[in-house]
Amino acid sequence: MPVKIAVLAKQVIDPEMPMAAFQIDAGAKRVVTPPNIPPVVNGFDENAVEAALQIKDAQEASVTVISAGSAFALDVMKKPLSMGADELVLLQDDAFANTVDSFFTAQLLAAAVRKLEGFDLIICGRQASDWDNAQVPLGVAELLGLSCIALGKKVDVREGQVVMERLIPDGYEVVEAPLPALVTVSNELGQPRYPTLRGIMAATRKRPTIWSVADLGLDAGLLEPRVTLHDLFVPVRNAECEIIEGDDEADAGRKLALRLREDKFI
Amino acid sequence: MAEGTGVLIIGEAPGGELSLTTQEVLAAGRQVADGLGQELAVALFGDTLEGPARQAVAHGADKVYAVTHPSLAAFQVELYLSAMETLCREVNPGIILMGRTNEGREVAPRLAFRLGVGLAQDCLEVSVDAASGKLLANRPVYGGNAVAVLSCNYTPQMAAVRPKVYEPLEPDASRAGEVISFPVDLADSLVRSRVIEVVKEEAEGVKLEDASIVVAGGRGLGGPEPFASLEELAKLLGGAVGASRAAVDSGWVPANYQVGLTGKTITPDLYITIAISGASQHMAGCSGSKAIVAINKDAEANIFKEARYGVVGDWEKVLTALTETVRELVQD
Repeated sequence: MPVKIAVLAKQVIDPEMPMAAFQIDAGAKRVVTPPNIPPVVNGFDENAVEAALQIKDAQEASVTVISAGSAFALDVMKKPLSMGADELVLLQDDAFANTVDSFFTAQLLAAAVRKLEGFDLIICGRQASDWDNAQVPLGVAELLGLSCIALGKKVDVREGQVVMERLIPDGYEVVEAPLPALVTVSNELGQPRYPTLRGIMAATRKRPTIWSVADLGLDAGLLEPRVTLHDLFVPVRNAECEIIEGDDEADAGRKLALRLREDKFI
Repeated sequence: MAEGTGVLIIGEAPGGELSLTTQEVLAAGRQVADGLGQELAVALFGDTLEGPARQAVAHGADKVYAVTHPSLAAFQVELYLSAMETLCREVNPGIILMGRTNEGREVAPRLAFRLGVGLAQDCLEVSVDAASGKLLANRPVYGGNAVAVLSCNYTPQMAAVRPKVYEPLEPDASRAGEVISFPVDLADSLVRSRVIEVVKEEAEGVKLEDASIVVAGGRGLGGPEPFASLEELAKLLGGAVGASRAAVDSGWVPANYQVGLTGKTITPDLYITIAISGASQHMAGCSGSKAIVAINKDAEANIFKEARYGVVGDWEKVLTALTETVRELVQD
């Protein structure tokens, strides 16, 4: 039996964009989408795609990427397909603009997973680089009653079990759980593969499945927001940096050591 | 169910000791409970909890729920979650606070979903809104580039507090508090995930989290070799070596060197950064340092906005001279 894998992925503002381009619309309490800087697939979610494709490299498997949002850059969201994923399902609705509320997003994704049926393994990035909540994947596991292991750096499927190397503060542990399961992965999994030319060609031809809120048939009560955003602001940095200068760089290095001794740090 | 009241902390007491993070969350919880004029309770999980229960009272708890079962002797995610859910439904608090520890970052969201409520993750500050009496939580978002202020629409209102932000209260052994024994039933069939091997990748010397001086390197080092020079300086100072995510992702140092949002949170007295640009997601792991030193060739790098001392220049020349001078100073 092929392993049926879903990857949950999110489109985010490029976290590598220049800091000067990072701006907040205080009235709307949201980050302004920077013009001329295309969005990206959340980095940890690309790690999740890579983890799924590594399983597909080793055994018969299919990989479906599912994403929720109000507007997508299709060429960006097709990247997992060009890396080697088989299908793309986009949950797209104006009602999905609320990404602050993890409960809401998890309900949408769980509904899509239920509707698509039959997944053995769901792989997610540990958190999204915009809201850094690290809640949606764990919530989807809870809503669907799946086994759940967080923070993987290597994922394997054997004999009806997911076996994962999971990060702990002083190393890693090998954890196994029965399928169906949901796991989250971290950047320690390694660089995601680059799309091949053949992959890009294949992805161009593929059409995503697009579902609106009505297609998911969710009870309105489940979509009630669990949190309210009151304010969003850029924190004030108050450090006054004392630049240590010298005749040359070596002299500055010496003076730095003396300054640190003078202030009793060393 | 009637709207809950009181503040409940989900605490940790591994190895029969109240964890430092739980002490910190108790300090945060005490402020919140006093602001509301309500009781502060803490739940501890384990097989024997007399010692940590007394410590929790000394650190500010009015009440301790000692949730006991032989299977809770060591952390096991599904068993702990089940015990937490049972307790929370029974106690019905208005607010639940946790520490965003390694365990907390997984357990807090899963518990929130089981209870059907919202959670503010990784909070830098929790307070009570005077007008509404609701819990307000400040949390960094966008890799620390922004801060969001959230409240929860359902009770219990939940927040997970970032470790090393709050200072524990001075323990007072004379404080009185009630300890309530709360045995739970836990079926073996709850267990789904099993740890089959633990691999320690401990660095030699002082642990990064415990070091009072940390020397850290970033992308600008250009390769793994320069970390030997960082090790040398760290050793002279009795400190530890850390790294930015870029250095870890490039494979120059192991993952457990990583300082930042998705790595370790450290609060040394002195944090010496070598060729680190100071992206927000890195600063999220070290902004609690007493003083930061920046050595970077780019005078516009963000790290100079966060540092107390800076040297603009080639890191290799600066570091060599810095290390030699430190060697002379420590030998005196």
